Parts: sequence; C-alpha cells; structure tokens
Amino acid sequence: MTKTMSPRLRRQENISGYLFLLPSLVFFLGFVIYPMAMCIWTSFTDANMNSNTADRFIGFANYVELWQDPVFLKALVNTIIIVVVSVPVVCIFSLWVASAIYRMKEGPLSFFRVVFYLPVVTGSVAVTVVWKWMYNNYYGIFNYLLKGAGVIDKNINWLGDPKYALACIIIILLTTSVGQPIVLYVSALSNVDQSLVEAAEVDGATNTQVFWRIKWPQIMPTTLYILIITTINSFQCFALIQLLTSGGPNYATETVMYYIYYTAFKLYRFGYGNAMGVILAIFIAALSAVQFRLAKED
Amino acid sequence: MSKNNGSSRAYRIFSIVVLILLALLFLFPLYWILTGALKPPAAINSPTPQWWPKEFTLRNFQALFSRRSAPLFQLGSLSGPTVPGAIRWLINTVFMAVMAMILTCLTAAMAGYALAKKRFTGRFILFSLIVAAMALPKQVILIPLIREMSSLGLYDNIWAVIFPTVGWPFGVFLMKQFAEGIPGEMLEAARIDGAGEAMTFTNIVYPMIKPGVGALAIFTFISSWNDYFMQLIMLTSSNNLTISLGIATMQAENSTDYGLIMAGAALAAVPIIIVFLIFQKYFTKGITMGAVKG
Repeated sequence: MTKTMSPRLRRQENISGYLFLLPSLVFFLGFVIYPMAMCIWTSFTDANMNSNTADRFIGFANYVELWQDPVFLKALVNTIIIVVVSVPVVCIFSLWVASAIYRMKEGPLSFFRVVFYLPVVTGSVAVTVVWKWMYNNYYGIFNYLLKGAGVIDKNINWLGDPKYALACIIIILLTTSVGQPIVLYVSALSNVDQSLVEAAEVDGATNTQVFWRIKWPQIMPTTLYILIITTINSFQCFALIQLLTSGGPNYATETVMYYIYYTAFKLYRFGYGNAMGVILAIFIAALSAVQFRLAKED
Repeated sequence: MSKNNGSSRAYRIFSIVVLILLALLFLFPLYWILTGALKPPAAINSPTPQWWPKEFTLRNFQALFSRRSAPLFQLGSLSGPTVPGAIRWLINTVFMAVMAMILTCLTAAMAGYALAKKRFTGRFILFSLIVAAMALPKQVILIPLIREMSSLGLYDNIWAVIFPTVGWPFGVFLMKQFAEGIPGEMLEAARIDGAGEAMTFTNIVYPMIKPGVGALAIFTFISSWNDYFMQLIMLTSSNNLTISLGIATMQAENSTDYGLIMAGAALAAVPIIIVFLIFQKYFTKGITMGAVKG
C-alpha cells in the first residue's frame, strides 16, 4: 500500500481499521487485559470472598508472606522440577520422532502424527482417569506388570507415595505434551533447504554432520517456539494434580497453579492467590527471555 | 554414501520398531478406556488385567445414563424433555465449543485482516500487546476472571467459559499470518472499483483467508471442548456442567467404580476424537501456521 497517505485517507484507514478490530477488542480487553491488570492490582490488596468490604491496599504484604509460606515454596520447587524434567525430554523426544517420520509417505506420516497427538485430543479428564486406574494399588496394570517382571515384590501405591507421586504426574504430562512439538518439527524439517543437504552429502558429510551443521540451525526458530510453549504448559500443570492427588501426599505434588486454585476456592484469599499468579507470570516471562537469548546466541 | 548404507539401514529398521512400540504405548490409554467401559465389574476389579474383555457388557453405560436426569435444555422458562444428565452435559459442551468457535473465527478474521492490512494509529502497540498476552499463562488470571464474571452475573453460566476463550489472542495472531498473504493490489483494485469496506472483506479478504479460518475453527472447537480448567472454575451446578467436568465430578463421588468412570471418559473423548480425525489436516495446518517464525 502507498507509504504516504493523504489526511483524509489516513482518517479513513483509522476508522475502518478500528471498526474491524472492535468486536475482537471487546473480548480481548474485557476478558484478558482487564483481568490481567486486576490480577496485578489485587495482589497488593487483601481481597477476599467478602464483596461488601472494598479491597484494602496492603503494599507488598502478600509477596512478603509468600516467601515465608512453606507450602508455596514447596509448590515452587515442585513446579520447577516438573519444568526442568519435562521441557528437555519433550524437546528431544519430539525431535527424534519427527526426524524418524518426516520423510515417510503421507499415510504413515499422518498415522504417527495422529497417534502422538491423541492424548491431547482425548482431553485431560479422560486421560487422567484412565491413568489413575492404571496406577491403582490393587487393580492397576503397573503393579501387575512390574511384579510379573520381578522389578517389585509387593504392590506400590504409586500416587499415594511421596517418593513416586510427582514422577507419576510427570509421566502423564509428558504423554500429553509431545503432540504439538512433533507436528511443528515435522513441518520444520520438511522445510529445510534440500539443496544444502544434498550438497553436504556430495561432499561426504555423515548424517550426524548434516543434522548438526545444516538442519539444526534451520529448525532453531521452531525449537525456540517449542521450548517456550512447553515451558508455559509445564508451569500450568493443573488438571492432573487436581484430579489425581490434590497436591498430596504431604504436598509432594503441590504446584503453584494448584496452590493458586486452592487459595482461591478453599481459603478465599484472592489477593494472596493473585500475588502467586504474578510471581508465576514473572517466572515464565524470565524463562522465555533466557531461552530466547540462548537460542539467538547459537 | 555407500559405505554407511548398511548401518543406516539397520538404524531405519530400529527406529521403525521403536516408533511402532511407542505408538502402541500412546494408544494404550485410549484402548484401556474403551475396553474398560465395556467390561463387567469382576473384570475391572481384578488384580490380573483382562487385556481383551472376555465378556462385553453395556451395564456401565446403563449406570451412566440412569444417574440423575436433567432437562435437555433451558431457555428462560422453557425447558426441553427430560434426558439423562450425561446427555445434558454433552449438549452443554457442544453448545460451548460451537459458540466459542463461531465467535472466535468471526472476530479474529476481522481483527487479523485489520492488523495485517490497515495502517491505523496504534497498530504496533496493539500487536505487541497481543503477542505479550499470548506468552503469558492464561490460567494465572483465574481469580480476577471469577470476580469479573460474578459481577457480570455470569458465574455458573456457560458464557463465562466462552467469552475468555474468544478473547484469547491466538486466533487474531493466526488470522494476521494468513491475511499478510493477501496482495495489496487486490484491495487497491477493489477500492478503485468503489467496493465498500464490508464488501471488500466478504468478497475478497474472506475467500483468501478461508483455509486459515478452517484451521482456527477446528483448533478452537477442540481446545474449548478440552479446556477443563476454565470449565472447572466457572461452572458449579449439575445442569450446567460440561462432559469433562461432569465426569470429573462423578469420579470424585464414586472414585472406585472404574467401569462407570471409563464409560464417562469414553463418552467425553470419542466425539472429539472423531471430530479431530475428520478435520486432522486443517488442525495440523493451524498449529504450524500459529508458530512464531524467527
């Protein structure tokens, strides 16, 4: 379009632009930006269930209290463990699967893509209840299989044991997290410049060299995007915890997201819960920024 | 090339074997839901699993459908015929997903076009705001959202789940990516021919971004159907639940009747899996186009 516009045309562009944006803006500002702003504001207040009294401004009191709250600190540590374990595993696993399938014919390619995406589509509730059954102390297949293989000699209460509960949650989280990264990697790998790959092969480069020297740099933006979405997903791990363990046993699976929910629905401390939300958002933003920097340096 | 042919061939066979094993592992939970839903209690509550049901039964589904009943729908004082509660949950879920899909596609298509092709003041700031909002976890705003919906009188109402879904800026972002591809000359030509803004949008812009709208539609439908978190915090009374939420509530009440719970899980999962399989191509496209490039 023309770079210089007459004032009349510019006004027209402004009016029509905002008219097209209006319906979307109503929802975006009303149900995303406004709550975000309120989240920050109420984190500095003692907001609670009682809607008759106005929220009282209490400065940083909620934030100070957070760092003395053992449950919050435990939840933060668990959340970080979930992120640190699941992000690399999801990235490496999905990159491996994608490179194994991306050159297949359309039929098998679609088949594998669908299969790995299936746990996402099945929905967190359906997936969680079936895993709960599989982990069950008496009727679960894990105890049956592991006992049969001689790995364990008596049944383990997987979700009820603080030693195993978090690991059990992470395993389910992994199966529901690789679907989208695989789709993205398949598309990125098939867009790699084939002429560069062929040139390198003519020069006698091995498959490993071709991968690291040519393909890896070209799929870097995709890797970065996957790192960020997987990080956000892992930080938000909630349904599994709410349905399986409620943060227990003895806070072994308490996560920040679950604690926010608990603070809001069981303790009715809205201000305190929002302070946790702000901290969580800052963590995610900081991590995304670090990943972005690292990826850019490579 | 010829020197590592043998090893690369062995690696290919190895990787296909591993892939097939992994595929079986990923399919297993779904298989276990579907067969579990059809097993009698004796087979379910046995420490030795029945890998293939020896006996098929529909009693789990009968139990699911004979639980509390509800009117099929309620519009003001008008209410539909009485049906099993699970059917009502399914209807609620379909309504929610369809409304979220229609509203998202409509608003996002218009906004994406404006962001891509209109040179209005504040365009850059608005776009930055959209990208920043996308990078933040939407779950952290749960408390302000609950309070906002309560003050709007929408708490425990299906619209309280729909509106935040429509507001989520991913759709606008996706539509902008598609609308960038519309040649400026076509819009210029339409203007010269005297076409109004609305006509330009319906006759030129919409046909060009149609594949994108398709991708967004299916993406929104599936993610809204499965957005358990938003449903959980907004809906409370039994008649207003979605199917996922209903199954979760049922699970909390009878946590040991796995046959019944698997029947519910099957009812929640099978419709959305069928939708996914039918529109799988569009869906994949939506995911790939939505990824930030560079």
